[in-house]
Amino acid sequence: MDHLDSLEHESIFIFREAFNRFDRLGMLWSIGKDSNVMIWLARKAFFGRLPFPAMHLDTGAEFPETYAFRERYVKEWELNLIADPCPPIEEVDPSLPPASRFAARKTAGLKQAVAKYGFDGIIAGIRRDEQPMRAKERYFSPRGAEGDWNFRDQPPEFWDQYKTDFPPGTHIRIHPLLHWTEIDIWRYIQREAIPVVPLYFARDGKRFRSLGEIGITNPIDSDAATLAEIIAELETTKQEERAGRAMDHEAENAFERLRASGYM
Amino acid sequence: MTRGLPMRVVFVGHVDHGKSTLVGRILHDTGSLPDGKAEQIRASCERRGMAFEFAFLLDALQAERDQGITIDTTQTFFHTARRDYVIIDAPGHKEFLRNMVTGAAQADAAILVVDADEGIQEQSRRHGYLLHLLGIRQVLVAVNKMDLVDYRLDRYADVAADIRAYLADLGIVPTHIVPVSGREGDNVVTHCRDYGRMDWYEGLTLVDGLDAFTPPAWLSDLPLRMPVQDVYKFDQRRIVVGRIESGRLRIGDEVMFSPSNSTARIRSIESWGREEPLLALSAGQTAGVTLDQPVFVERGEVMSHLQRPPTLTNVFRGRIFWLGKSSLELGKRYVAKLNTADFPVEVEAIEKVIDVGDLAASRTGVVERNAVAEVVLRSRSTVALDPFSSGPRTGRFVLVEGYDIVGGGTVDMRGYPDQRNAVAVKSKNIFSVEHDVSLEARWNVNGHRSGILWFTGLSGAGKSTLAIELERRLFAKGFQVYVLDGDNIRHGLSADLGFSPEDRNENIRRIGEVAALFARAGVLVVTAFISPYRADRDRVRQIAPDLFHEIHIKADVDTCERRDPKGLYKKARSGEIREFTGVSAPYEAPDSPDLEVDTSVLSVEESLDRLLDYVDRHLDLARLSGRRQSGS
Repeated sequence: MDHLDSLEHESIFIFREAFNRFDRLGMLWSIGKDSNVMIWLARKAFFGRLPFPAMHLDTGAEFPETYAFRERYVKEWELNLIADPCPPIEEVDPSLPPASRFAARKTAGLKQAVAKYGFDGIIAGIRRDEQPMRAKERYFSPRGAEGDWNFRDQPPEFWDQYKTDFPPGTHIRIHPLLHWTEIDIWRYIQREAIPVVPLYFARDGKRFRSLGEIGITNPIDSDAATLAEIIAELETTKQEERAGRAMDHEAENAFERLRASGYM
Repeated sequence: MTRGLPMRVVFVGHVDHGKSTLVGRILHDTGSLPDGKAEQIRASCERRGMAFEFAFLLDALQAERDQGITIDTTQTFFHTARRDYVIIDAPGHKEFLRNMVTGAAQADAAILVVDADEGIQEQSRRHGYLLHLLGIRQVLVAVNKMDLVDYRLDRYADVAADIRAYLADLGIVPTHIVPVSGREGDNVVTHCRDYGRMDWYEGLTLVDGLDAFTPPAWLSDLPLRMPVQDVYKFDQRRIVVGRIESGRLRIGDEVMFSPSNSTARIRSIESWGREEPLLALSAGQTAGVTLDQPVFVERGEVMSHLQRPPTLTNVFRGRIFWLGKSSLELGKRYVAKLNTADFPVEVEAIEKVIDVGDLAASRTGVVERNAVAEVVLRSRSTVALDPFSSGPRTGRFVLVEGYDIVGGGTVDMRGYPDQRNAVAVKSKNIFSVEHDVSLEARWNVNGHRSGILWFTGLSGAGKSTLAIELERRLFAKGFQVYVLDGDNIRHGLSADLGFSPEDRNENIRRIGEVAALFARAGVLVVTAFISPYRADRDRVRQIAPDLFHEIHIKADVDTCERRDPKGLYKKARSGEIREFTGVSAPYEAPDSPDLEVDTSVLSVEESLDRLLDYVDRHLDLARLSGRRQSGS
C-alpha cells in the first residue's frame, strides 16, 4: 500500500462512517479539483454511486468552463444536483472586506440549504495544508444552529471515533480530504484519470491553481499545461496555493472570521 | 511514482516550553515555508510590538497569537531527503488536554519538548504518561531554550537525567535527548558546534533525530480483525464493508463474526474503478466483501478467521484518560465506542487513579478531568475486543456522555476470562431425554426440595467450613445433601485445568453442570468455590435457573488475609502465586445474592443459623406445606 492508497482508504472509511451515522447527508461540490476527487472517492466507497445529493453553492459568478463542466458531469456521474442560487450580495454583512462577501454569500447559501433540505451532515472537501485555520479542523466538526464554528472548543477526535452525536438544530461538517495535500490531489487525479475543469492547465503563460469566482480569483504565471507539468511545478513551488484568492488576504483574521461564521 | 507513507510526529510538552516555536523553526530552516509567509508573520508580530515569532506559523487563531499559547492541535507538512513528515503540534496547556490527545493519538512518534530553564513540569509528565498510554514508544526529547541557560552542559545533563528517569518508569527509553534552541535555531537543522556553540554535544540534530525514527510496525502480521461498518444493498449484491484493522484477508477464507459467532466464506472482494479484481486485502485497507451464506451481520460485529478470534466479554478493565467536564464516578453509565460497536457500560470499579507526578496510585472514589486511571467497565451485552497489548487497533475505546466523547482508554484483560469458551456446544447430535420420574416426585420421596446452594466468596471467608458443617447437620435431619468442593473436583473432573482465567471459567462451568445433574437427581448440593466472576455464576444460574441459590459468604480481604487458613495470601503477596483472587485478580461480589452471610461479623454458629434458616424457609417441604411434624 503506497501513500495515495493510504489516503484513499482513510477517506473511504470516513465516507462510510458518515453514511452510516447521518440520516441526511449533502456533499458540497464546488466543481474544483478537490471536490471532484471527493466525488471519485465517494463512488469508490459506495461502489460506483453517490448516495446523497451534490450541492453547488451557486453565486452565478463562476467561470463558463466551470458551468460547462458541471452540466457534463452531472449526467456522466449520475449526480443528484442541488444548485440553488446563493442570496444576493446586498444580504451579507457590509462590514466584510469586498472579496469576502462572495464567501459570505456561499455561507448564507449553505445555511439556507441546511434549513431547506434538513441536512444533518455536510461533506466538504477542505484540506489542512490549504490554510492554517483549516489545519486546526476535525474530520467531523460540529456547527452551531447558525452554522457557526466554535474553534476555541472543538471536541476531541482520536482512534477514528468521530463526533456523530449532536443536539437537534445543529449539524456536523465532514471533511474526508482533510489529510490530503495539494500535490497528493494532483497525483491522485493523474493516477485515477479524474476529469477537472480545463482552467487549471496553462494557456498563454497563465493557469488557475485555485478556482473561485470571476473577479476575485487570479491566475498564476505558469507554463504547466499537463498533469505531469503541474505536479512538477508543485514539487518545487514556494507560492501558496491560495495566493490567488483575494478573500484570504484582506485582513489577518479575514479567514478566521469567515470560517467562524460558517464558511467551509 | 510510488511514495512511502509519511511519518506522523507529534510535538508535546508543558505549556510555553516552545513546541510551536520549534516546529516553526523546523519549517523555516528546512526551506518548507511558502514565499511571503515569513514577511506576513513579521508584519503580524510588528503590529503586536513583538520580535519575530516562529510559533505564529502554526498558531493561526487570533486568540492564540494574542495570548501566545497554542489552543488547538494543528498539522503541517514537510519533508527531508529521507521521507515525508506530518508534523502535529499539540497544545501544552492543561485546559486543552483533549486537543493534545486529538493530536498525539494520530502520531507514530513524538518529540517531548522540555524547557532547559524550567525543567520537567506537570504537563511534561502528563504528556509522557499519555504517550505511553496511547502506545507511542518512539520518543525523542528536545531540551529547548538552551540559549536561556547559556548553553551550559550541566543544565542539559540535569534535565536529561530527570526526564530519562521519569520515562524509564513508564518503560520508555528516549531515542535521543537533543539540546536545542528553537528561537536561535541551534541543533534544529544545523549543528551549532559548527559555529562554536555547545561543542560538548556530539549527538544528532533534531531533524536528523526525526529521520532516525523507524516506521510504525506493520499490523498485517496480527490476527485478522475487520469491524463491520455497514452492510450495503445498493443492487443484488449484499456487501459487508469495513476496514481491515489488522491481519490479512483472501477470497475463500472462512470467517467468523463476533459476538454473534456466525460463520461464512468470503465469496468476493468488491471494488469500483479498478481494472483487475481484488483477491486479497491487508491491514489499513477498506474492504467490501460478499459472503457465501446469507448470515445476519450488522455494524459493530468483528470479522476474524476461525482461529484466533477476538475475546468475548461483558466486563473489562480500561486504562483511561478522562476528558469529561464532570468526573467519572462509580456506578455511572456511559456509552462505549470500540471500533464500530457502541454499547452502554457501567463503571463497576475504580481500581486506581494515577498521580502523573510520581506515578503513585491512589484509590480515590472519582476520576477528575484530565486524570488517568484504571477502571472496570461492565456492559449488559457481550462484546468482542482484544487486549491492547495484542490488538493495538481493536483494544481501545472511547466513552461518550450525552453528545460528547469524554474519555478514552485501552483494554487490559488481565484476570478476566475469555467468555467465548464457555458458550459453545461443540457437538450437534445431542438430544435431551425426558425422564419418567419427575423432579417433584423425587422431592416428595426425599421430603425436601433439591437445589444448588452456590457459596461464593474470597479464599478464607469460610465457604468450606460452613459447607461441611451445613452438610453434616442437614444430613442429620434426613436431607439428601452433598458438598462439592475444590478437592473432589480439582483432583478428578477438573484435573486437567490450571488457574488461568480461562481454566477457572471452565472449572466453574463443569461444577455448574455437575451440580445441576445432582440437583435434578433430587440432591441438595452445596458448592464451595471462590467463583470470582459474576458472568460465570450467571451462567451456572442459567444451567438450572429454578434450582440455583446464590449465597455470598462475605468477608473483606483484610479479614481473610488475617485468617489465611492455607497460607495462600502469604504466597500471593510474595508473588509465589499469581492471579490470586482479592490480591492480584478481581473478585466480583454478587449484586443481589439470595442470601448474604457476613463472617467478618457473625460467628460460625451464627452463620450456620442463617444458612439453616434459609434451607428451612425455601427447601424444607414439611415446613413449606405446613405439615411440619417435629415438636408436635
